[in-house]
Amino acid sequence: MSAAATPDPFVPRLYRVIRSTREARDTVTLEIAPLAGQAPRFQPGQFNMLYAFGVGEIAISMSGDAEDRGRFIHTVRTVGAVSGAITSLDANGVLGLRGPFGMPWPMDEAQGRDVVIVAGGLGLAPLRPAIYHLLGHRERYRRVILLIGMRNPGEILYRRQVEQWRQNLDVEVEVTVDRADATWHGNVGVVPALVGRMPFDPASTLAMVCGPEIMMRFTASALHDAGIALEQIYVSMERNMKCAIGLCGHCQFGSQFICKDGPVMRMDRIARAFGTREI
Amino acid sequence: MGIGATLVVDRAGLQGILDALIARGYELLGPTVRDGAIVYDPIKHIEELPRGWTDRQAAGTYRIEPRTDEALFGYAVGPHSWKRFLHPPIERLWQMRRQGDSLSVEQRTEVKRFAFLGVRACELHAIAIQDKVFLGGPYRDVAYEARREDNFIVAVNCGTAGGTCFCVSMQTGPKADCGFDLALTELLRGPHEFLVEVGSARGAEALAGIRSRAADPADLEAAAAALAHTRASIGRALETNGIRELLQNNPEHPRWDQIAERCLGCANCTMVCPTCFCTTVDDHTDLAGQVAVRERKWDSCFTLDFSYLHGGSVRKQTRSRYRQWMTHKLANWIEQFGTSGCVGCGRCITWCPVGIDITEEAAAIRAEAGQPAGRARGGT
Amino acid sequence: MAGLEKILLQHPFFRGLEAQLGSLIAGCCSNVRFESGGYLLREGASADRFFLIREGTVALEIIAAGRSPGTFLTLGPGEIVGISWLTPPYRWMFDARAASAVHALAVDAVCLRTKCESDHDLGYELMKRCSSLLVRRLHATRLQLLDLYAGPAE
Repeated sequence: MSAAATPDPFVPRLYRVIRSTREARDTVTLEIAPLAGQAPRFQPGQFNMLYAFGVGEIAISMSGDAEDRGRFIHTVRTVGAVSGAITSLDANGVLGLRGPFGMPWPMDEAQGRDVVIVAGGLGLAPLRPAIYHLLGHRERYRRVILLIGMRNPGEILYRRQVEQWRQNLDVEVEVTVDRADATWHGNVGVVPALVGRMPFDPASTLAMVCGPEIMMRFTASALHDAGIALEQIYVSMERNMKCAIGLCGHCQFGSQFICKDGPVMRMDRIARAFGTREI
Repeated sequence: MGIGATLVVDRAGLQGILDALIARGYELLGPTVRDGAIVYDPIKHIEELPRGWTDRQAAGTYRIEPRTDEALFGYAVGPHSWKRFLHPPIERLWQMRRQGDSLSVEQRTEVKRFAFLGVRACELHAIAIQDKVFLGGPYRDVAYEARREDNFIVAVNCGTAGGTCFCVSMQTGPKADCGFDLALTELLRGPHEFLVEVGSARGAEALAGIRSRAADPADLEAAAAALAHTRASIGRALETNGIRELLQNNPEHPRWDQIAERCLGCANCTMVCPTCFCTTVDDHTDLAGQVAVRERKWDSCFTLDFSYLHGGSVRKQTRSRYRQWMTHKLANWIEQFGTSGCVGCGRCITWCPVGIDITEEAAAIRAEAGQPAGRARGGT
Repeated sequence: MAGLEKILLQHPFFRGLEAQLGSLIAGCCSNVRFESGGYLLREGASADRFFLIREGTVALEIIAAGRSPGTFLTLGPGEIVGISWLTPPYRWMFDARAASAVHALAVDAVCLRTKCESDHDLGYELMKRCSSLLVRRLHATRLQLLDLYAGPAE
């Protein structure tokens, strides 16, 4: 093994799985820690490239508390060979990791303002570190509103935690499902529709949105209709990613590289690309 | 000898320079005729250069044909560019070995020192552009950096315009003005000689002991005349004024559909383009599953897979992929890296099987765009 | 009446409405309350009244024998319950149940329809607002149909 003069950003570091928790039939949350040394610092909104030996790499957002230096948390949905290999790792399984990469959620810009967080489905995972930060430093922010849209009551990601967040008297949490069942007595309907019902001051509100692209598109639209400027709306974008370090060209979205100019991006900077088909 | 100093060598002197580079441990690469084209291959002797050959290029056409003189560098550019050495088509990034429950990583180690002979002005710009891509961002390509660390460049000023190139309008030539260690201009009016311009201390050092004579005003005039002739015979131009806004503001221009009727999505243009840098990553293991290897390979935004995202590709239509390539090359690149991505070498025009001409397409979009840059039609 | 008119004009559905038209509509309005579990309207009944929610949550649902009611939408303060009052056959196509205590403005649809027939400016204004609401509801319903949060295997 050679000692490179500068660390090669293409080479993964080895991590061990501490715990694997099944969230849903096809979704698993992994808690991982480096085999040697300490996990690097990260900021809410950043992602890692997780490597399954011999299979490949995928980009997965951080989903844990940035102040927890002991481990990283990643919620992964099985959609292909690599995610399948990673979600089938048990405790003590080893995987490779490169990161953290990317531009984070605007926690600093949000200070002193009303903050609206809108999560759709698995989009709650990349937003969770931001939520931890808001709750952990509650005094730095004015109103904090969490709007969470899920497929149905049986598939509410991090359900117990969402219930805990709801118990905070100084945080407004609204959960809605696309499709209800007999057990559900809460909101039914798409999450953009909740935006209009929330009391926030649009001039000073910062919004952070994450979920399927269609959901983000219409949520951003609803936020904008409610009076929030595009400069104050942030989304987390996704595109095909290979190197994660701005050198392979795959993740380009307009003239932005999602791996280094994103994944968190301000709507005014990507409004044109966002509205263009097949870009 | 200072930077900018000029002298003249003959063919023996040129061979002396090649020998000096080889003696200093460089892997010497230069132009040579192979498989009906002028390509860049390892060479040792000036006899391997394409003496008396030129290329005839047009949209979708490339042929080499004999010249009436013995010029060693009497051609433009071929299907190879120097990126195939600095940014290789296939490169192993690392190897990982499984030992019981643990894994150990072995990184790439070999470093090559290349000397390039015959680098055109447009190619110097292409190398500088790739330097920005690989070395100018938050993460550096460590292997590219090592290859560029001690990369000796002997540039050649073009005495002939290529059939498809347009360096003048891209401001990338025909004169080699920086980024080289030595720059040659071939002089054929009397004895077969080469005007040599020193571009760096390393270049000056390589000339030590090489038999030469001082350059006289007639030599300099002849060199200038050759460049002027080349400049005047460039057959194409790409209007770059406002091109960024023009392409970024017209994603739904009907011309994209028209191009898509011709474009085969074959990716030739991206393979021959000296600045295209997209790659993919390929992970595989041996049969026993004990050793995993990651390789990086050239990729192209023209493939359907390139933009694949769980469930399907973002750029499904050829139209969208051509639009991506051209908008990136001429417009987005400016925002990303501060310059155009195109150096006007003409390769994409020559090697396109259906002869799509990027200068023609840019002009067509400009002609039908109607509104001045900044006011997009139909809203964006 | 002045109090009701003020409440009406403050309701998001009637934002920007001319005061004169507001007082016409207010003439058909009354304040109502529903206990949690009560029904604002029922499937098959005449669409005689529609509601502007002021407080509380209303669940829209459709019942079938042997199944729990399928709630397909919940509405809250600032929203409208019932649009079918505007077009024939003037019949409700679902149930609207108070999911909490509900405080609303009830609008007499027969009264309002009569006024719209004689005052087309009023009628057009209501048509514009209702069609806008329908478009929004339809769009939201389409998003629900797309099942955006489903995984690729589902």
